[in-house]
Amino acid sequence: MEDYLEFEKSIAALEKKIIDLESSEKFSEDKISSEVDKLNDSVVKLTKKIYSNLSPWQCVQVARHPLRPHFLDYVEKICDDFDELHGDRHFGDDRALLGGVASIDGINCVLIGHEKGRTTEEKIYHNFGMSQPEGYRKAGRLMKLAEKFNLPIVSLVDTPGAYPGIDSEERGQSEAIARNLSLMSSLEVPILVNIVGEGGSGGALAIAVGDHISMMEFATYSVASPEACASIVWRDSSKAELAAEAMQLNSNNILKLKLIDEVLEEPLGGAHRSPDQAALILKRSILKNLDKLQSYSSDDLLERRYKRLSGFGAI
Amino acid sequence: MTNWFEKILPSFLKKDQKKKSSIPLGLWKNCNSCNSILYVPELEANSFVCTKCDHHIRIGARTRLEMFLDPENKEEISSNKSGYDWLKFKDTKRYKTRLSEAETTSGEKEAIVVIKGSLLKLPVVAAAFEFRFMGGSMGSMVGQKFVEAVEYSLKNRLPFICFSTSGGARMQESLVSLYQMARTSAFIEKMSKAKLPYISVMIDPIYGGVAASIAMLGDINIAEPKALVGFTGPRVIEQTLNVSLPEGFQKSEFLLEHGAIDMIIHRKELRPTIHRLLTKFEYS
Ligand SMILES: [Zn+2]
Repeated sequence: MEDYLEFEKSIAALEKKIIDLESSEKFSEDKISSEVDKLNDSVVKLTKKIYSNLSPWQCVQVARHPLRPHFLDYVEKICDDFDELHGDRHFGDDRALLGGVASIDGINCVLIGHEKGRTTEEKIYHNFGMSQPEGYRKAGRLMKLAEKFNLPIVSLVDTPGAYPGIDSEERGQSEAIARNLSLMSSLEVPILVNIVGEGGSGGALAIAVGDHISMMEFATYSVASPEACASIVWRDSSKAELAAEAMQLNSNNILKLKLIDEVLEEPLGGAHRSPDQAALILKRSILKNLDKLQSYSSDDLLERRYKRLSGFGAI
Repeated sequence: MTNWFEKILPSFLKKDQKKKSSIPLGLWKNCNSCNSILYVPELEANSFVCTKCDHHIRIGARTRLEMFLDPENKEEISSNKSGYDWLKFKDTKRYKTRLSEAETTSGEKEAIVVIKGSLLKLPVVAAAFEFRFMGGSMGSMVGQKFVEAVEYSLKNRLPFICFSTSGGARMQESLVSLYQMARTSAFIEKMSKAKLPYISVMIDPIYGGVAASIAMLGDINIAEPKALVGFTGPRVIEQTLNVSLPEGFQKSEFLLEHGAIDMIIHRKELRPTIHRLLTKFEYS
């Protein structure tokens, strides 16, 4: 039950009813199964109703849901194979930003993405998906590898932001992010980006410059986390809900601003309810868009990317 | 009007001020590092560097460029428009109100000024962030003006020097602001491919989105002494990690020690130093 979000309480109540009913011995089996069917229908209807109208702040909750599929879940579900490649060749191997060479339905690519971890141990190991400079530098190295051997790049974004640490600053967090931004603007292979969870700030953007940017329906993408924005603008981090609202960080608003190309509809009640289905939706989108992007010559691809980049926020 | 000045001024000077009312209060400024009261014309002659403690006092974008470029043949080259309110953003105030207030405070339409001119006779394009305009934050119009500056440099094969001082990406334009990091970085990359020099000069303070794009991507990264530059602000790091920060953390000297910048240059030496470097590069 603890996996239900605040606004899912009514769904939780219905589902509890179903469980109680199924284990009940008071009624005949027929009676139970017809009641359960009815309740299941109500669950679907209610879930649809709630999820068709999520506020930006509710999207933040879904994007951060503990059971939401993460990078390694997607790797397992969408790749034929994945060989993880480690290290930035300078300092270390960041565990919040992972990458490697993969095959997705026979299409070879370099796959990179943030991993948040699920259990407490994993979260600590993956630093909650907050990369240090080594992560961005490793991603940059792998993207150059992709360019060298003519592989498209697929990037899955899911991070609260870059890691705010003393050591990160010592090793040049800003430079590491900036370097990837300039690199990604000029790589001669297709770059496909999907914001699968949280697209938090520069830490997200550092692997999110590309030729096609899609976003999972309940993912979020913004200049700062709602908490950070609230503390900067309202000078009160408890105003996070207001900040989420004001920043319009949910996929449909961002699509309206033409800052992304596509929103991928999530399974009923969010990706966390049907990770397999979410992975299938993501996989189909990746294959469709890689196919399209690979038809461009590298010159056309670069020209198109520059045009897109110079058009973002053009007045 | 009582202001800071009246409170801190020695009493003999106060009397003096009252007698000679023709001397405007604006002729005196206090150094926010050593608190000395400095005579503005003298300060100006010293590039707004404190004559007592060498502190580099914060100056506006236009003053910065006036000081940096030769006096003749200057021309502002980028569009003179304000930021755009993509989101109808409202916090405690409307973004539109903040924009017009910033214009009043700073005398600029946006947080960056771009001027073409020359540096000791060498033709250059130079841009400077205006910190008084919403903390020098980068919204779409700042990105656009930066891109226009690069395009002018590319077209005329001129070096581009950018003086950054900024709190980062502008919250009020949310993702549009974040994207300016990618937009500006792409154009710096374009300059790089065209083998034109891009010099980044870091002015106190630079954080977040501007540090992680425009400021760090110079062919040469220069910082003024004791400028604070980093990705995450010190307060956030302290609060998040519950640690106290080492002495001098994120200051120019720290950046130099950790290999993030090429050199720390005194404000008065910026002109000859950048000129000396640029004249050694072959690019036209
Ligand atoms: Zn002083």
